Amino acid sequence: MLKIAKERLNELYAKINEAFGLYIPIKKAGEVNYHVWGEGKEVSIETLKTVKSPKNMFFPQSENMMKFKTEDKNISIEDMNFEKKPFVLFGVRACDYKAIDVLDKVFLADPVDTYYQSRREATTIVTLACSKPEESCFCKVFDIDATAPKGDVTTWLDDNYLYWQANTEKGEKLTSLVAELFEKGGEAEVKAQQDATKAVIDELPFSNLDLSRFKPENLNELFNAKEWEEMSEACLGCGTCTFVCPTCQCFDIRDFKTNDGILRYRCWDSCMYSDFTLMAHGNSRTTQMQRFRQRFMHKLVYYPSQNGGLYSCVGCGRCVNKCPQHLNIVKVIKTLGGKNDD
Amino acid sequence: MTNENLIPKVGVITDIRKDTPDVKTFRVVGLDGKKLFEHMPGQCAMVSVPGVGECMFSITSSPTNKEFMEFSIKKCGCVTEVLHAMEVGQQITVRGPYGKNFPVEEDFKGKDLLFIAGGIGLAPLRSVINYVRHYRENYGKVVIVYGARSKEDLVDINEIQTEWVNEPNMEVYLTIDRPQDDWDGHVGFVPAYVKELGLNPNMTAVLCGPPIMIKFTLAGLLELGFDKSNVFTTLELRMKCGIGKCGRCNVGDKFVCKDGPVFRMTELDELPNEY
Repeated sequence: MLKIAKERLNELYAKINEAFGLYIPIKKAGEVNYHVWGEGKEVSIETLKTVKSPKNMFFPQSENMMKFKTEDKNISIEDMNFEKKPFVLFGVRACDYKAIDVLDKVFLADPVDTYYQSRREATTIVTLACSKPEESCFCKVFDIDATAPKGDVTTWLDDNYLYWQANTEKGEKLTSLVAELFEKGGEAEVKAQQDATKAVIDELPFSNLDLSRFKPENLNELFNAKEWEEMSEACLGCGTCTFVCPTCQCFDIRDFKTNDGILRYRCWDSCMYSDFTLMAHGNSRTTQMQRFRQRFMHKLVYYPSQNGGLYSCVGCGRCVNKCPQHLNIVKVIKTLGGKNDD
Repeated sequence: MTNENLIPKVGVITDIRKDTPDVKTFRVVGLDGKKLFEHMPGQCAMVSVPGVGECMFSITSSPTNKEFMEFSIKKCGCVTEVLHAMEVGQQITVRGPYGKNFPVEEDFKGKDLLFIAGGIGLAPLRSVINYVRHYRENYGKVVIVYGARSKEDLVDINEIQTEWVNEPNMEVYLTIDRPQDDWDGHVGFVPAYVKELGLNPNMTAVLCGPPIMIKFTLAGLLELGFDKSNVFTTLELRMKCGIGKCGRCNVGDKFVCKDGPVFRMTELDELPNEY
């Protein structure tokens, strides 16, 4: 294990930035999100939850896919999936890292989505263990260890040092680039921090949610549960939950006419929207209850059924914080998941 | 790095046939004059008019046609409006094939087959019917029941009346919803007609058409003694990617684009009723 004094972190960022693009939580207009690092920017890796998850590094909110040129009756197509420059994603928390795993199973499954793949392969991910989890966190429910995230490199931060441990070949490569800034040591401090944090996590209000009923064999029973009506009653269909969610991956594909051809782009979409399933001849989900049910059934039953039991929720708690109507997956799990103490 | 799964091929419309007042059949080949890609009966393709949109259509022509592909398309939305206004020589884009095909080599082989279609529901069935006709010796008796609102709304009536009715060991029953002066055939809805015909319940059946027709026809077949596991249908939901990633066309834990569009009725029974 290696360590670097906290006050020297800017040197580390600058060194990484010489060789890679560096995306790191930066405070901008009052919000912390992943942005390109630059001298003088307000880095905030201590921020537990960026407003948006880092999923947009691989799956941008909107992305050009191809361009059509039309002339008379003829069409030509230009692929816009250009080679991506290697970059480092720094400070990814355990929940968000697990969410990338969830996205990989969708986008990298055969047939591979090469737009996603090219960004994914260009990335070296440096994760950061949590030491101050919040009340809305419930990653433990999904067997995620917030104190030991995976990634190409894992880091831990305390009041004095950032501790660094490479896990993969990509991680070793990055380490050799910045090794001169580090000194050896930190095992004991990291262990102490992990133990203290785990004790806090065990006491978090949502750490003991019961998922036992969310199994593929209960699909129809859960789908037909009468509780959906009441749970979804207040839903505005604003889609905020889907946009802040690190695992939501639904997208739309649209065409946009420009002065230089027709751009076909894809952009995030939301199953919470009334036109999501609208066709020329009808709509398979006409009520907000159906759309609400779809979102949570997908995360807790459909996705696990398709992916060997892996849930499509990582307990980051962003939806808990952001829903204007205080609806969220925690309430759904408490209502339908199984026996709960409260 | 290219994404062949989402980047379409350019196709040229070489023929447009007006089948009914609102259905046209488009013949499409690649820029080299050859067929764009191979497919199996029941599979679909994403057809697009750049700048307007991209939609999933069943490939109407049989895979045994090695020269071109055909799409029978009903005018009912933005993309189909523009397609209907096109002329021969116009280029469009096509990608595919997508989805699971009818089990023509597995479940259908050696069986007596019953095809029941309503309206534009003939589009996906034409592919499999012509496939079966091509490999006629591999299949038993074929019965086709096809209904539409009126005589004018019967898709591909020309092929049906000149070729299908003359095929050995193949029976074709046509019906229209309401009586017409120039129609001496059967009048009535498909579900009732199917019951009247007293069909042999040992046949393997394929149903394509509006949901209401499928619902009542299936009930009729079950009354006649058909086994649900020998009845197939196709589903249609909104799609964007066609490869199970955009999250749009799921019914429960199945994606219509890759797990469908062909489903066995017993498979549908296990899925939530949301299609």
